Amino acid sequence: MLHLEIVTPEKKIFSDTVEDVYLPGEEGELGILELHAALVSSLKAGELRYLKDGTVNELAIGNGFAEVTQKKVTVLTDMAVGEEEIDEASAEEAMKRAEKALAGLPVGHDPDVVARLEVALKQSIAQLNLKRKKQM
Amino acid sequence: MANLRDIRRRIKSVKSTSQITKAMQLVAAAKMKKAQDQALAGREYADELNKVLINLEASVGDETHPLLEEREGGKTLMLVISTDKGLCGGLNTNLLKKVREESDENTHFVTVGRKLRTSLAKTKETLVADFEVSDPLPFSEARPIAKFLTDKFLSGDYNRIQVAFTKFVTTLRQDPWVSQLLTIEADTLAEKRSYETYGEETDKEAALAHDYIFEPSPEAVFDKLLPLYINFQVYQMLVEALASEHSSRMVAMKSATDNAEQMVKDLTLEYNKARQAAITSELLEITTAQKAME
Repeated sequence: MLHLEIVTPEKKIFSDTVEDVYLPGEEGELGILELHAALVSSLKAGELRYLKDGTVNELAIGNGFAEVTQKKVTVLTDMAVGEEEIDEASAEEAMKRAEKALAGLPVGHDPDVVARLEVALKQSIAQLNLKRKKQM
Repeated sequence: MANLRDIRRRIKSVKSTSQITKAMQLVAAAKMKKAQDQALAGREYADELNKVLINLEASVGDETHPLLEEREGGKTLMLVISTDKGLCGGLNTNLLKKVREESDENTHFVTVGRKLRTSLAKTKETLVADFEVSDPLPFSEARPIAKFLTDKFLSGDYNRIQVAFTKFVTTLRQDPWVSQLLTIEADTLAEKRSYETYGEETDKEAALAHDYIFEPSPEAVFDKLLPLYINFQVYQMLVEALASEHSSRMVAMKSATDNAEQMVKDLTLEYNKARQAAITSELLEITTAQKAME
């Protein structure tokens, strides 16, 4: 069995044993099973899936890192929310806000601000994708 | 024997003071719970982040990132995190003592919190900047501070960045603490870790530590991880300081309220004694007068 831990700066979201886990890696999705080689990967905003007791669970996660050892996967991320916690309207609004702020930046803007807005945008998109997929 | 009216007045004033301290105690207790939860929740993340970074530093080896560069001598920049308001026991005094021990004439200061800013300004220390944070603290407020410190380090103005803050241990105990933010050194990481860890750590994991695969590459992971690490460290220290502040204020106000109650008791006793004495002497006077009339 594989132990999965998902930690955000605010709290520990998840800590339990799972059968497998799929992570949104920087260069594509990573599937992790037990006895995977030790790995550190950066993650981009997207979906994290894990299989527990025969059911697949999904979370929308933000940027971050995953550390994999043979028996344990630790995910460090700015955001991790389950489908039922996502409020579609507010996620959409957050997306629009970030898009608008990006479009309205003055000339010679601070690259940090752009990066931060892009992160916010990607997080909202990840939430929306997950929510909409579930509704279909 | 004090005048009856004086005693009554004192009782009244002590009572109204105790009402204020009681209210402050309740407010601090409510804030304390939140701040403590925030500080404790962040520790797990800090711990995991430290672990990844230690492994990473071991694997990358000679590759030097500018933030890992060690520079001798030169000036030190110290971020001092104190409170905006007083009435929180010896928190700021203890921190100031610690800061004085750890700093020398080559240390310049950046401050968060009004209390120590004033103290440092009084002794003519060089203050480079000061920041204000809100309470409760959102993660985004740590970012400008972290960025400022990182820029100062990278520009070569300062060769070390330290942070002085009060570490939250328990509600009754908070320790003044100075920790090094930059340069990131393997030993300081390990030291921080032993302070922060309370989970079990197997040797097997440590043995595996040097065989990590990095996706996309060690350098790319480094470039993303280091700024995040610094942001997070600053955030964590700020929330620790807040948790300490509220805990310390709660305790200080509780003892103030207790003392006030004790004082009211003592004063009431004294008041009653004085009242009895007055009655006795009045009775004496009356009986003496009566005797004289006979």
